[in-house]
Amino acid sequence: MRLLAAMSGGVDSAVAAARAVDAGHEVTGVHLALSPAPASLRQGARGCCTLEDARDARRAADVLGIPFYVWDFHERFADDVVDDFVSEYAAGRTPNPCLRCNEKIKFAAVLDRAVALGFDAVVTGHHARLSDGVLRRSVDSGKDQSYVLAVLTPEQLALAVFPLGESTKADVRREASTRGLAVADKPDSHDVCFIADGDTRGFLARRLGERPGDLVDAESGAVVGRHGGAFGFTVGQRRGLRIGHPAVDGKPRYVLSISPATSIVTVGPAPMLDVTAVHAGPPVWTNGAPVLPFEGTAQLRAHGAVSGARAHLVRGRLVVELQEAQRGIAPGQAVVLYAGDRVVGSATIESTG
Amino acid sequence: MYLDHAATTPMLPAAIQAMAEQFARVGNPSSLHAAGRESRRVVEESRETIAAAVGAGPNEVIFTGGGTESDNLAVKGIYWSRRDADLRRRRIIASAVEHHAVLDCLEWLGKHEDADVTCLPVDALGRIHPAELRAAIEEAPEDVALVSVMWANNEVGTVQPIRELAAVAHEYDIPFHTDAVQAVGVLPVDFTASGVDALTLTGHKLGGPVGAGVLLLGRDVACTPVLHGGGQERDVRSGTLDTPAIAGLAVAVAGAVGDRSARSARLAGLRDGLVRGVVQRVPDAVLNGDPGDQYLDGGPTRLPGNAHLSFPGCEGDALLMLLDARGVECSTGSACSAGVSQPSHVLLAMGASVDRARGSLRFALGHPSTDADVAHLLDVIAPVVDRARRAGMAGTRRESVSVREHTTGADRSEAGGPAR
Ligand SMILES: Cc1ncc(COP(=O)(O)O)c(C=O)c1O
Repeated sequence: MRLLAAMSGGVDSAVAAARAVDAGHEVTGVHLALSPAPASLRQGARGCCTLEDARDARRAADVLGIPFYVWDFHERFADDVVDDFVSEYAAGRTPNPCLRCNEKIKFAAVLDRAVALGFDAVVTGHHARLSDGVLRRSVDSGKDQSYVLAVLTPEQLALAVFPLGESTKADVRREASTRGLAVADKPDSHDVCFIADGDTRGFLARRLGERPGDLVDAESGAVVGRHGGAFGFTVGQRRGLRIGHPAVDGKPRYVLSISPATSIVTVGPAPMLDVTAVHAGPPVWTNGAPVLPFEGTAQLRAHGAVSGARAHLVRGRLVVELQEAQRGIAPGQAVVLYAGDRVVGSATIESTG
Repeated sequence: MYLDHAATTPMLPAAIQAMAEQFARVGNPSSLHAAGRESRRVVEESRETIAAAVGAGPNEVIFTGGGTESDNLAVKGIYWSRRDADLRRRRIIASAVEHHAVLDCLEWLGKHEDADVTCLPVDALGRIHPAELRAAIEEAPEDVALVSVMWANNEVGTVQPIRELAAVAHEYDIPFHTDAVQAVGVLPVDFTASGVDALTLTGHKLGGPVGAGVLLLGRDVACTPVLHGGGQERDVRSGTLDTPAIAGLAVAVAGAVGDRSARSARLAGLRDGLVRGVVQRVPDAVLNGDPGDQYLDGGPTRLPGNAHLSFPGCEGDALLMLLDARGVECSTGSACSAGVSQPSHVLLAMGASVDRARGSLRFALGHPSTDADVAHLLDVIAPVVDRARRAGMAGTRRESVSVREHTTGADRSEAGGPAR
């Protein structure tokens, strides 16, 4: 097959490309330029969009002896991922930009272009297993990325290849080192790649301006503090609330909900965070619709806990009841349904109960 | 099939041999002992060879580390000297289609040295008209520090009326620099006859080594150094002279200039066949730049090896990748930033749309090019353009929204850009 390997400059995508080459495919490496003005050097472990990362990717492609190009997707990324990220926060929701990037960029815009240019599929270094159209968790549960791939449709998955799902991250690093890939010891990237300094709140404040409002205690109804913008908060957040005086019950307060219209951030004690049901949007089934109601497990955050779940549709939208209460579940995140380690589908959370 | 000779071209065997001989020897040309004297002799003979080949005096040859350095030295150095002699002189007049080695100097001088840049427009063929230069100077003749216009454009191949432009500048006693990197060894370049005050040339575009170049600088042209140190080159350029590179450069310049007219005629023939063949196979492909059917100062109006074509509805990057996969190595001709090719400032200056600028490729023939190279390109170009056109601008850009929400594979192939 003619495969397009998306190479971020990290160890995973380099080894994924290497395995595709070993498997006898005709592989072309591509690095996605996602930032309009990439920094020349990486700062810490953030991001995958610096010139240094592009160089690392190019170097890995050279070692593998495959052609390598940089594809400029920064405009699409700005529209579909960054703007979406900002407007989701502005609307009081908590987006997952990696998931959005997979949905709109890597397995949509990039895939479209790859197919149009004659490639049969796109290879990435995601830690997940995919065979016969069935998407499953990686064997490395600590590194499993099936959650951020659960937005993909069968059509998208049919054109994707994930060569790393049967390996642990440690195996991948060892293999990179054996193969002479210099990225073997490169730190994992985490956080939001387009916020170079890691200051999400500052980034949002620059994009949205200050929008001051009240912190209101859910139990007493009292105004317990002020804030510079509701977008700076996520459901379940405890730190940085700057509540002037302790609550009457002396218990710590957490963000329970965010109302961008009124700029009110509601806080309350931990038990009020408990969520036993989520109402989500229309689901995407990764391999066709399951029998409904569906009984299995649900994961509501990347690397979050898993709960027994029962899901059904109400007027085309997904409703999931959870066996164990979950905390810190925010609208905007995805609820992903699993049958064992198999990804069944996902939907975006609209409200919780 | 290497069709990117404007980016760099293979060294001439004689140049390789001349360098190899020098690599085996020791001797700093500035040293006073015998080994130094021997190196000095090689350097000076090389200087004389180059001077003779390009119609300059040996004292006008300043060895540098290549085209970029020569451009930097000429533009910054002459600007500084002219400004220091008269503080009103802060204006630099340059064409809109210069190489980045000149353009970025101008930008830097603007930011850090208070320079004012007047950009000369070009016509649809990429040519600068002497009347435009005159008009630009006339705005305020006393504040012009220098004029810089390239001899021939590296992207679209259009040759400029350098002699005439230099004459206009000289009417106002303004020094004139030309970046002749693409011209030397291809067009009849005579430093003295052209009347220019400073001229950039580089080794690796004419069969010499990379990292070796020359700034021809008129004897009476003041130029402040960029590199300070031992003052080896007329106190204008410092750094131990690279004897092997200089020896190779001299052999290459002499060789390229020596067989220039026969080679240029042969390349122009190949190039015309290439353009004709491509347009036959891709009828809407259009040649950018001067057609090259006229004469200017004894040479053609277009670089003989240059074929720069736009392929409507295609993206240059996609064409380049598809051709690369079929063994054709070419370029979009324009600069990259972070590996991402930018729409060519040259085509934009010529009035092309961003889409046309992005949908272009440069095929550049050089001394080793043959009929077989062109034939191979013609074999693959039609299906490649067809494929790139169907891909259109798929995905990358805002104007071509092609996000497919859960569509089927069949729909996908229609995504983005004009479908056919
Ligand atoms: C017109 C022109 N000027 C300057 C340069 C830079 O020359 P060099 O690569 O020797 O620094 C080039 C080559 O890239 C060129 O084409």
